[in-house]
Amino acid sequence: MLGNGQGRAIVPPHVREEIVGLDGVENLPKGPDKIGRGNDPTIRTQEDGQPCRRMGGLMEADAPLLRLEGIVKSFPGVRALRGVSFDVRPGEVHALLGENGAGKSTLIKVMSGVHQQDEGTLYVDGKPVRFTSPQEAQAAGIAAIYQELLLFPELTVAENVFMGHAPRLSWGGVDWATMRARTAEILHSLDIHDLDLDAPVGALSVGNRQRVEIAKALSMNARVLIMDEPTAALTEADVERLFGIVRRLRARGVGIIYISHRLVEIFDLADRVTVLRDGEYVATREVKDVTEPLLISMMVGRTIDQLYPHREPKPPGATLLEARSVAFPGTVEEASLTLRAGEIVGLAGLVGSGRSEFAQILFGITPASAGQILVDGKPVTIRSPSDAKRHGIAYVPEDRGIQGLIRPMRIRHNVSLAILDEISRFFFIDRNREQDLAKRDIARFSIRASSMDQVVGKLSGGNQQKVVLAKWLATKPRILILDEPTRGIDVGAKAEIHRIMSELAGQGLAILMISSELPEVLGMSDRVLVMREGRIVAGFDRAEATQEVIAGAMMRVVPAGMAA
Amino acid sequence: MAASLALTQQPSFSTKLRKLAISQEGILLIAIIVLFVAVGAYNQRFLSANNLSSIFLGNAYIAVAAIGMSMVIISGNIDVSVGSLIGVLATISGTLAVNGWPLWLAWTIPILVGMAISAVNGWLVAYMRVPSIVVTLGMLSILKGGLISITAGAWINNLPDGFHLAQLRPLGVPMAVWFMIVLTILAAAWMRYSAFGRSIYAVGGNAEAARLAGIDRKRTVFIVFVIHGFFAGIAAILFATQLSVIQSTVPPNLELTVITASVVGGVSILGGTGTVVGSTLAAILIAAIGSSLVFINVSPYWLRAVQGLLILLTVLADLARRSKRARHR
Repeated sequence: MLGNGQGRAIVPPHVREEIVGLDGVENLPKGPDKIGRGNDPTIRTQEDGQPCRRMGGLMEADAPLLRLEGIVKSFPGVRALRGVSFDVRPGEVHALLGENGAGKSTLIKVMSGVHQQDEGTLYVDGKPVRFTSPQEAQAAGIAAIYQELLLFPELTVAENVFMGHAPRLSWGGVDWATMRARTAEILHSLDIHDLDLDAPVGALSVGNRQRVEIAKALSMNARVLIMDEPTAALTEADVERLFGIVRRLRARGVGIIYISHRLVEIFDLADRVTVLRDGEYVATREVKDVTEPLLISMMVGRTIDQLYPHREPKPPGATLLEARSVAFPGTVEEASLTLRAGEIVGLAGLVGSGRSEFAQILFGITPASAGQILVDGKPVTIRSPSDAKRHGIAYVPEDRGIQGLIRPMRIRHNVSLAILDEISRFFFIDRNREQDLAKRDIARFSIRASSMDQVVGKLSGGNQQKVVLAKWLATKPRILILDEPTRGIDVGAKAEIHRIMSELAGQGLAILMISSELPEVLGMSDRVLVMREGRIVAGFDRAEATQEVIAGAMMRVVPAGMAA
Repeated sequence: MAASLALTQQPSFSTKLRKLAISQEGILLIAIIVLFVAVGAYNQRFLSANNLSSIFLGNAYIAVAAIGMSMVIISGNIDVSVGSLIGVLATISGTLAVNGWPLWLAWTIPILVGMAISAVNGWLVAYMRVPSIVVTLGMLSILKGGLISITAGAWINNLPDGFHLAQLRPLGVPMAVWFMIVLTILAAAWMRYSAFGRSIYAVGGNAEAARLAGIDRKRTVFIVFVIHGFFAGIAAILFATQLSVIQSTVPPNLELTVITASVVGGVSILGGTGTVVGSTLAAILIAAIGSSLVFINVSPYWLRAVQGLLILLTVLADLARRSKRARHR
């Protein structure tokens, strides 16, 4: 009905076969066949199977606890894993590295019984196994801690640790005393002494909740512990404690599979590292034999210089946006910046430093409580996103699903959403203009979709992000704020978004890019600003910006060489 | 991989037809036709002009109310007070007419009152951020209790000549049916082609993203409630003028019938998707089922159970469509 003869799809000019749709895989709904069955509490109650391999210093010689060989896993329309091999030995930290969409999440879901591989074999202690549920993997001693912690906020620490396998009394009731005692024992064995066993988990900090998850894994006698980006939401102090715990577990002989995007952590913590790229196994190396640039080039298949579009440095134009000491209670203490036409300014900072909140002030989502914003040198009042839009500001938010897209709506309708007034006459939308816009943007951004009438909720992350970008560029902004523009999208889409960004800067837009990925900040920015604790604490030109100085400013560490 | 991209050709006519047939509107249309043919074959009197006219005349007001309800649900809200509202507005209309007010006022004042009452609901939901289920549940009790207390459920008789708008028959078709058809078409066009209609879908689909795109979500929700009050007012006039007397009570379970029409019509109870064409077709289907029960000698009390069955079937059909689409990926 809505097709109106316009339902044609656009074939993108340069189709990169290996990356199409990979990104969507990790968001696939877990069918009931994956998690729903095997909920038999009895299989997890073996009480005495303490992980017994004490570190004997022979890590090299130890047989792997868990080994995967030639794992292939496909989802409808995409091969997420294409023959991946991997193993983890007792008492080692084995890092798993790869860009988003490389297949890491799928691989750990195969290991932990959430997904079943199409081809290939899993061996536990050298014996082939096949897990049909996470419970079976847990029974075999494999536990996973995902980014989203799976805890019950209203229940206590002890209850969460023993959720599903509570110690029982003879008549079947829960043995609360044993439960508390064993929880305490486990926590102490991890050198955690500051956790109240009876506190509801919802009242704990993220770091503490994660410790509860670790304790939970150990309560099930995990011999292999999979940690998926455990430091993503942690404060610095919590990261340190987590590392302490991981080292302690390693010393006890637990095999740890550690996923992180922060290379520093891998050099700090891991013994071996395996790199995946686009669902393929690249290599496994001893960490002591690799360097950071080597790992990056293994991950992306290119060196970092080739990764970002080359931009001729040219003198920036007029100042378009200026923020003077803007503030918002609780998040942004005092932040100032200037954005000039034709430049990309990178805004770095740890999670919680106030960088996204600063962007949201500039866009009027949370209007500033103090300070001044100037557009073209004139003070303006920005109290809502509509105000910001009127002043030529566009904002691509950090969270596509929550702030960026109307998921049940078609691509065409999402793209036109921010300019409905503009393309309407007498209340009614000019459908030809809307279609032209959608067609043009699908081609311009190489959005891979069956047609412009496809519902955006069904697109992969990278294509969804391009739709959000298209929606905002339709407003013809002069100032573009991008909050984590490439988070969670595959390598190819990432490169395309970077290309679009440089083109836009070339056309004279002023771009503010918030990113947690330092290589991205360095690769894309003309200038880099660093935020910490609600303030802009440092600024660097392209020439002086290095990973070390930026990371130092983010974490209040004076870089070596500049100290003393 | 190339296969998933080679979709450049225009969709053929048969593809379009197939798409239509598996849409909620298509299924409802087929169901209505099948029902009329099947029950008509069993008992020809079902298809008599008299019976068809009474099916449509007696239920058109539900379809009209379901138009507004669909907009409210698409915007991510709900109104459970609509049945009481229609009862109150019908009583106001009849009372005005009996007391000698000009007919045009007896017809229009209830519409304005309906918009005003619904505006109160909308204001509480949009600007005071009270969940719509709570607001309208409160309004339901106020309207229902107030009406019974004031009128004691008395019948309004002696309605003046000419009051019975719904019974007029321009071109041989009851006026109520004309209202249903014309309002459905206008509302469908409005929802589909107007900027405001689009923003209703946007707000219901993701209120935060809509706000960031510069859509005033509070104003949108408020206006949706006012429009809903307008449709409830028209529904009340059709309801009041279709019979020779008005019973000044709330028609039992009317709000549930209206909401059922919307949901069976394919409006997602979570907001963001659905059409008013679907809800009107669903209202017709429900009315036709109710009438056909009599003709196939089944107690009409089964109607409620059948409505429930329809809701469940709708949800299952929706799930089936979704999983089919998922497999296509």
